[in-house]
Amino acid sequence: MGIVKALKGDTGGQVMLAVLLVVTLVVPVLNLAVPETSFWHVSTYTVTLLGKYLTYALLAVAVDLVWGYLGILSLGHGAFFALGGYAMGMYLMRQIGDRGVYGDPVLPDFMVFLNWKELPWFWNGFDMFWFAALMAIVVPGVLAYIFGYLAFRSRVTGVYLSIITQALTYALMLAFFRNEMGFGGNNGLTDFKELLGFDLQSDGTRAGLFIASAAALALGYLACRMIVTSRLGRVAVAIRDAESRTRFIGYRVERVKVAIFAFSAMLAGVAGALYVPQVGIINPGEFSPLNSIELVIWVAVGGRATLYGAVVGALMVNYGKSTFTAMFPEAWLFALGALFVLVTLLLPRGIAGWLPARRAG
Amino acid sequence: MGGQVERWQYLNPGKTLAETLDISHTTLLYVEGVTVSFDGFRALNDLSFYVDVGELRCVIGPNGAGKTTMMDVITGKTRPDAGYVFFGQSINLLELDEPRIAQAGIGRKFQKPTVFEQHQVYENLELAMAGDKRVWPTLMARLTGAQRDRIDEVLGIIGLRDQARRPAGALSHGQKQWLEIGMLLMQDPLLLLVDEPVAGMTHQEMDRTAELLLSLEGKHSVVVVEHDMDFVRSIAKRVTVLHQGSVLAEGSMDEVQHDPRVVEVYLGE
Repeated sequence: MGIVKALKGDTGGQVMLAVLLVVTLVVPVLNLAVPETSFWHVSTYTVTLLGKYLTYALLAVAVDLVWGYLGILSLGHGAFFALGGYAMGMYLMRQIGDRGVYGDPVLPDFMVFLNWKELPWFWNGFDMFWFAALMAIVVPGVLAYIFGYLAFRSRVTGVYLSIITQALTYALMLAFFRNEMGFGGNNGLTDFKELLGFDLQSDGTRAGLFIASAAALALGYLACRMIVTSRLGRVAVAIRDAESRTRFIGYRVERVKVAIFAFSAMLAGVAGALYVPQVGIINPGEFSPLNSIELVIWVAVGGRATLYGAVVGALMVNYGKSTFTAMFPEAWLFALGALFVLVTLLLPRGIAGWLPARRAG
Repeated sequence: MGGQVERWQYLNPGKTLAETLDISHTTLLYVEGVTVSFDGFRALNDLSFYVDVGELRCVIGPNGAGKTTMMDVITGKTRPDAGYVFFGQSINLLELDEPRIAQAGIGRKFQKPTVFEQHQVYENLELAMAGDKRVWPTLMARLTGAQRDRIDEVLGIIGLRDQARRPAGALSHGQKQWLEIGMLLMQDPLLLLVDEPVAGMTHQEMDRTAELLLSLEGKHSVVVVEHDMDFVRSIAKRVTVLHQGSVLAEGSMDEVQHDPRVVEVYLGE
């Protein structure tokens, strides 16, 4: 009922979800059931690559929710993604147990290397999956709530807000680079073995993570659609277009902003938590300001304020990146910059705006 | 701070704000002896001004007479140096901040119309509707039958029923002004303060606006500040002339027009 209403008039979203469903059903079968010699076989490498793209797509949807519908150009959403990733990474580290290089049953290798004697307090609980999964959502949400509360209450908007979101992710990157922080410093967290008892290297687990990423993307998309089709979504667009007028008719603009911003950060956290077991590592580089800027470009390419455009943009740009960097590893950033300029000039509403049958809001 | 309205709502949840008002003396707004100075310049000088329940009042006066400052004082934007401003017998507006004054039932339309251009006309009215505007109730909000009827009624009043599903950005200047008046009406105000509603309008649009404002008379008290004398003549029953921050004359348009002091400072120009 709610789902039907949320997708009403959203042709792009319906098509996107239908394609996603087919891919999710077919790819694992082609990977697991079709013999490797067959033309139809899909390699595990491809499955994992697709799974990674899907987590990026969820991240892009989260960015589009705040940028497209609320007018907040966050250049720090990579931070929420990375925090979700670290929460999952901490769980995976604890799962290694005594199979690490140093064989310590409790302490992860990097702590033994640093000569630490006991687990820092904030690592407690991360041996339990449910706790880590909860933290992957709660930590980005709470950080976004506090950050948003302070920024929006002070009525920081526009480019100034973008700059401080950029500063936020940069500050976190510097902090996570430090060994004393207890998150593995420069090297981050890696050498994972198992997730919920499933071998992370096995084809079955990889396919399972791919399916989980697709499900998270579909659910996250539907949740965002429900928000933007509700009256709250219309208030968000009103804030984007005429903030003081919205305040004047009685809405607490700051509270609407902080609520949607925190929800978006939680989605980014989920995406990060699904990303880490698939790529097998999380390190402070994920906090790099460049990452956050890149994902804004995905949304711009796909088309702002459409949600499905964010999915299309994330998939296309990342596919392009994988292909392009294989051929010209040095030139990717130039290509990305050129893409952004071209899209801004020629397709200001992105790919989604260029497709027919598009309906805003 | 907070004052009467908040205390009353605390003790009587779920009742309309109209019931907080004591308008037994049929006067809705009292502005008494109000003085506002900006750097020694007296924008309002011992101004006294009263509006009855359901009355349509026009306020005229030359530039700098204090018309906009008076609106600012009533809506809480400017604090006076001296004087009293009461809404009914019991609500002291000088104790309330801007959102609370709006909640108490005073709506204001500014000169430049601002509507949500990306939203449909219908959605503009929906967003402006009085109700619980916190985050979670807004997320869960569904229009009830009564609310749909109310929106439809307001669409009829402002004459935009045919345009209900068009984006507000596609409306003409005059239609945007009407939509904004409609958005004010959705907030169920007892008192509407309307600043220069016909600036930039064609004659037909002016006539339509005059009808609109006249149709509100009786249900809402309306205070219109306007420069266009033809327009004022077409709607006014009582006119207040401001000059140098205080009331120069008050009465019917005819009385005011023939008042020699008014002729001297304003109409005679």
